[in-house]
Amino acid sequence: MNKDALMSFLSSLVVLAVGLLIGFVILLVSNASSAWEAFRTILTFGFRGIRNVGDVLLGATPIIMTGLSVAFAFKTGLFNIGATGQFAFGGLVAILVGHNFEGLPNGLRIILALLAATAAGAAWGAIPGLLKAFRNVHEVISCIMTNYIGMFLVTFLVDRYAFNPAIGRSQALPEGSNLPTLGFQYIFREEFLPGFYRSSQVNVGILIAIFTAILMYIILEKTTFGYELKACGFNKDAAKYAGINQNRSIVASMMIAGGLAGLGGALLYTSGTETMSAANVLLPYGFTGISVAFLGLSNPIGIIFSGTLVSYLFLGGARTQVLGFSIEVVEIVISVIIYFCAFVFLVKTFLGKHIGRLLRRGKSPEQDRADKGGESA
Amino acid sequence: MRNITKEFPGIIANDCVTLQLKKGEIHALLGENGAGKSTLMSVLFGLYRQEAGEIYKNGESVQIQGPNDANRLGIGMVHQHFKLVHNFTVLENIVLGVETTKSGVLQMKEARDKVLSLSKKYAFDIDIDKEVRHISVGMQQRVEILKMLYRDNEILIFDEPTAVLTPQEIEALMQTMRDMAAEGKSILFITHKLDEIKLVADRCSVLRKGKMIGTVDVAATTKEEMSEMMVGRKVILSLDKNEATVGETILQVRNLSRRGNESKSGKAQLSNINFDVKAGEILCIAGIEGNGQTDLVYALTGLSDIDSGTIILNGTDISKAKIRKRTEAGISHIPEDRHRHGLVLDYTLAYNTVLQTYYTPRFQAKGFLKMKTILDYARKLIERFDIRSGQGEVTSTRAMSGGNQQKVILAREIDRDPQLLIAVQPTRGLDVGAIEYIHSQLLAQRDSGKAVLLISLELEEVMNVSDRILVMYEGEFVADVNPKDVTFQELGLYMSGAKRSEVAV
Ligand SMILES: Nc1ncnc2c1ncn2[C@@H]1O[C@H](COP(=O)(O)OP(=O)(O)OP(=O)(O)O)[C@@H](O)[C@H]1O
Ligand SMILES: [Mg+2]
Repeated sequence: MNKDALMSFLSSLVVLAVGLLIGFVILLVSNASSAWEAFRTILTFGFRGIRNVGDVLLGATPIIMTGLSVAFAFKTGLFNIGATGQFAFGGLVAILVGHNFEGLPNGLRIILALLAATAAGAAWGAIPGLLKAFRNVHEVISCIMTNYIGMFLVTFLVDRYAFNPAIGRSQALPEGSNLPTLGFQYIFREEFLPGFYRSSQVNVGILIAIFTAILMYIILEKTTFGYELKACGFNKDAAKYAGINQNRSIVASMMIAGGLAGLGGALLYTSGTETMSAANVLLPYGFTGISVAFLGLSNPIGIIFSGTLVSYLFLGGARTQVLGFSIEVVEIVISVIIYFCAFVFLVKTFLGKHIGRLLRRGKSPEQDRADKGGESA
Repeated sequence: MRNITKEFPGIIANDCVTLQLKKGEIHALLGENGAGKSTLMSVLFGLYRQEAGEIYKNGESVQIQGPNDANRLGIGMVHQHFKLVHNFTVLENIVLGVETTKSGVLQMKEARDKVLSLSKKYAFDIDIDKEVRHISVGMQQRVEILKMLYRDNEILIFDEPTAVLTPQEIEALMQTMRDMAAEGKSILFITHKLDEIKLVADRCSVLRKGKMIGTVDVAATTKEEMSEMMVGRKVILSLDKNEATVGETILQVRNLSRRGNESKSGKAQLSNINFDVKAGEILCIAGIEGNGQTDLVYALTGLSDIDSGTIILNGTDISKAKIRKRTEAGISHIPEDRHRHGLVLDYTLAYNTVLQTYYTPRFQAKGFLKMKTILDYARKLIERFDIRSGQGEVTSTRAMSGGNQQKVILAREIDRDPQLLIAVQPTRGLDVGAIEYIHSQLLAQRDSGKAVLLISLELEEVMNVSDRILVMYEGEFVADVNPKDVTFQELGLYMSGAKRSEVAV
């Protein structure tokens, strides 16, 4: 391992440790008697049994997608805080497709649902993109607006076209409209009574997310399109000088970011685990995507891992509810851990400055200085 | 500084360097691009931490962990690229970081008096209540100097201060440096211009490829000796230039006007500009900074729109064409501000060499970049233009020395073999060897029948390289002269607007 990678790894460990420590303190304050048990649950639950591993992957799928969405826009110098709205809009379109088109074979209907959701997300992302490119409206402002417009629109449409009054949410999709599980249910399962199994509902979605991440990596790193987008993100004046059409890059980047989030929404609502709320709430996935993108250093491959890590913590966190911790406390704890991870750069610089010399020479600074004094004399 | 060593990935930027600065002296630091001058000064200023070596002040060993330590020790630095807050006033910039407050409220009165008296003492003639973004580069530098003086620094580091100044401003700066030295301040002065060293410096230390070659007494050493120390071989400081064989008109500009302007000083605009550039000639536009040269270049290259007039390249009207169209039509542009327009600093050296051509079939197939071709191409340019960096073609451009960054732009723009090469201050920040090479390249372009439009503030460059000179003053051409028939003095008069002559198209 080279020095830089070693430093990155070390600093990741440090921030994770500090984040966990403070998370633990919060648990202690909230309920000292079961704090340790809750802490252990957060840390280990995702690995307790193969079924939980499946659930980690299932939970990772949508937030990997929103993470990719935020990261993609970020590469072009845009902050896509609108992933939430694009996600919801994509999810809604997938649900609507899933409830209709009975004439189509299942496979085709699912593919249509995913494509339509991607297009819907892209359209939703295009709005802030166009406003930024041609009217110079800051994307954060217009993204926040499209988030709320999306939220109300989704509530309205769910209410109108796919409402199940019994649960106050969208009607569950017919079995044939859900993503295929590819036999994962026989792998990620646990035997709770002899001969009886409970399976994770992880499905092809996680593979689609991973594939998308790899595709995004290739687009950004290997193509002229990626070259242009990143040039705009790094230095827009130089991009202009090079004759790159910035307006086109901005719109394209926001559309792709929106498409990624929209597809994420589709992957969530076609996994047979989730229905759409008809109450006016902003979905958390888009915001979690910001942390995921940050943690993964906006690198598509890194995001696969950061998304999985965050999902792992959330799964364990949710489990602590059985110990009597309220979901709010759990979310605070997990947020603290995630936000500490955002300090990874700072810690890396710090380590580089103060410990780098030590590490290389394996001596204390005093010794170090003494030796050098000797050399120069 | 004793036995300072500083390494970067792939390169030892300073290799056991020892430098001694005396009280009250002006000490020049000379070296080729990438020799490690800025790095050494950054170590002294606490921006980098040396891996080995000690720094002593007044005989005592000191630890400099950061700029704050440096400041406490009375060390100040004016960077190669200034570090000012653009929407703060001059005064606010000066006190930033060392404000006096009384129960949380800023006390500006004292600061104002101190700054005013300093400014008066050195005859800076600066309006301290103007926002920094509205003042010229020369003035910004004075702000940086005032910052150091305000903090009562005793050791002043200047990293290539003259690269961005006009000849008049350089003269004023030299005087300021002399005054400050006379007061007992010690000055470290990085420059590539031997004349300046001769003019103000007492001693000169020479770095070559990270190593200290030696320190000489300036008065007892010739310019030739110093440049020989710097490059390790004899350098010829004169350019041999044959007669131009002028061909057809390549660029024709008619009645070009522009009202709104991009230049910082705010006074210049373009009014009714007419000129031609012909194949096989180097036409130079001379003038004091801020007289519309920047606006003219922006108009020609398409970085900004024009209000009226026509620009014709090789018979095609490009007045309204997009930047890429103009590039493809054969315009190369070496921009004035290398960090703003010329480079994507976060891209590698190789990526920057294809900034204008990445989409052509040579470097791209079916939308995919041909990595190997790009890397090979970058290696070729590195070789040909002697671009020095830590890790060759994969070096992040941000980690390169200023002069070598400039060489990347030059290599890219010259190698595209344009019809018209627009070079704005192309040798800014380059060492003498590199300047010589660039000048010979400009001549080679000319001799192969290309048109070259050179925009330069340096009279020496203007006189040596060009075949024809147009002088610009307040957005107009005020003289059209042949460098052979004009003296430096005369040119200076034109540039300051004191003299005018008929300008025929
Ligand atoms: N932050 C950095 N990271 C990695 N390498 C660096 C960094 N800064 C400088 N270098 C390398 O160290 C060497 C010396 O650079 P430095 O900027 O000190 O040169 P210089 O003498 O100031 O040159 P110039 O005259 O071009 O400004 C160069 O080869 C450069 O590539
Ligand atoms: Mg330098």
